[in-house]
Amino acid sequence: MKKTIPQLQDEIIDEFQIFDDWLEKYEYLIDLGKDLPLIAEEKKTDDRLIHGCQSRVWVDSHFAENKLHFTADSDAIITKGIISLLIRVLSDQTPEDIVKSDLYFIAKIGLQAHLSPTRANGLVGMVKRLKTDALKHVTL
Amino acid sequence: MLPFDVHEIRKDFPILLESVHGKPLIYFDNGASSQKPTRVIDRITHYYEHEHSNVHRGVHYLSFTATQAYEAARQAVARFIGSSTPQEIVFTKGTTDGINTVAYSFGETLKAGDEILITGMEHHSNIVPWQLLCERRGLILKVLPVLENGTLDLAKLDHLLSERTAIVSLVHVSNTLGTVNPVKEIIEKAHAVGAKVLLDAAQSIQHLPINVQALDCDFLVFSGHKVFAPTGIGVLYAKHALLESMPPYQGGGDMIERVTFEKTTYAPVPLKFEAGTPNISGAIALGEAFAFLESIDLPGAYEHEATLGKYLRLRMKEIPGVRFIGDAPETCSTLSFLVGNLHPSDLGTLLDQQGIAVRTGHHCTQPLMTQFQIPGTVRASLAFYNTLKEIDNFIHALERAIKLLA
Repeated sequence: MKKTIPQLQDEIIDEFQIFDDWLEKYEYLIDLGKDLPLIAEEKKTDDRLIHGCQSRVWVDSHFAENKLHFTADSDAIITKGIISLLIRVLSDQTPEDIVKSDLYFIAKIGLQAHLSPTRANGLVGMVKRLKTDALKHVTL
Repeated sequence: MLPFDVHEIRKDFPILLESVHGKPLIYFDNGASSQKPTRVIDRITHYYEHEHSNVHRGVHYLSFTATQAYEAARQAVARFIGSSTPQEIVFTKGTTDGINTVAYSFGETLKAGDEILITGMEHHSNIVPWQLLCERRGLILKVLPVLENGTLDLAKLDHLLSERTAIVSLVHVSNTLGTVNPVKEIIEKAHAVGAKVLLDAAQSIQHLPINVQALDCDFLVFSGHKVFAPTGIGVLYAKHALLESMPPYQGGGDMIERVTFEKTTYAPVPLKFEAGTPNISGAIALGEAFAFLESIDLPGAYEHEATLGKYLRLRMKEIPGVRFIGDAPETCSTLSFLVGNLHPSDLGTLLDQQGIAVRTGHHCTQPLMTQFQIPGTVRASLAFYNTLKEIDNFIHALERAIKLLA
């Protein structure tokens, strides 16, 4: 049974509790970024690109069996690390759950600055894109 | 006046005592905006507590006091940049507003086929207003290229200048590369073909002595917030005769002499260009910022900054994989760089975690990024209140960030 979005968020919050300082936390994010499966180069098209002032993010989604599967990529490694967390929480969930999800874990693990609308790193646009993609498949 | 002492001057800037993520702030983002000395901050409070009313109207005491302080600020600006009369000083919102004012107002006097010459290292605010003007009036935009080392390709200047050139609008010091352009020479050449020159001094007013009469520029623009004054105030300097000949940019209160429904006459310059209630406290605080600069050993401060700039470049060269974006022989204390194939935003994020403020991204100079085929840079831009020790700490933090990302 696939874990729910809140369960996955709580799991990440628990994992981040072991980090004593910023160094360990960012080391982990960078490792996550390096491990994130890349989007195939041919899929890095403009319609999958979310422009940020700082870094670029590509998002691809695939819908099957009432679940949305996401892959994403960025040219910046820390952004990729955060993407990896977002995908872990939101990918392979139902469109309904994705649309109504509240991503509280970001603030809890002290990364809210990265998802602030002023940050311009593409992450805010990415979350918006994931939800818009999900909305297309919500059955009313 | 005491000789410049960086440790003394730091006491004038309260924000420098702040901690960021539990570490002492190292503020290397002065190119984006400078910090404010106590006397500038206090001047704003004093104005609102004791002097505030609207300017240029009213017969009452406070209106008179506010007007006097506002006009005294205009005089302080004129004195600081070497203008012969405060009538040549128009208060604006900032550099962007100043350039737009010239592009709209002076632009009205130009005709189809006239040419505007800018350079390849301009900020978007010195590109887009001219593109808009070109679209409105059928003018042609020409660009003086930038060489690989971040200097202007002056060999092409004579070829690009002609009798059709109406105005040359260029940056004095590049916000991205730190290059100091040979503006005196360019102004002379532009004048030789009858073109006017606008100097974007947003990144030079806080680093170099500026004298508009010695430079002989026709227009000069800058923002207050980059020269230790608040945001939302800036200056457009223009030669008096030019200002007189230009039509107003915006209409409204304060810029008129007499209004009837048939015909309106305008206030004398510079008020003709200051429609609506101006940023009174901002202007007064800008005047105070210049008074502050005049009260310190400014040549000593410039010298300290030059030392910082050299030391930063020297220390940066020790780090393997560092590449300077632009390495002009004449630069100010601004340095853009990349490290190997690391993304600027990753480096910026990890420096921020260590209390260091730098700018990352394209710095509003996308054409320059395209030319150098890079997504952006990390930019360290220093001010005279920065120290050699801060540079050492910055280098250490940068090495740590590189190690993490490698």
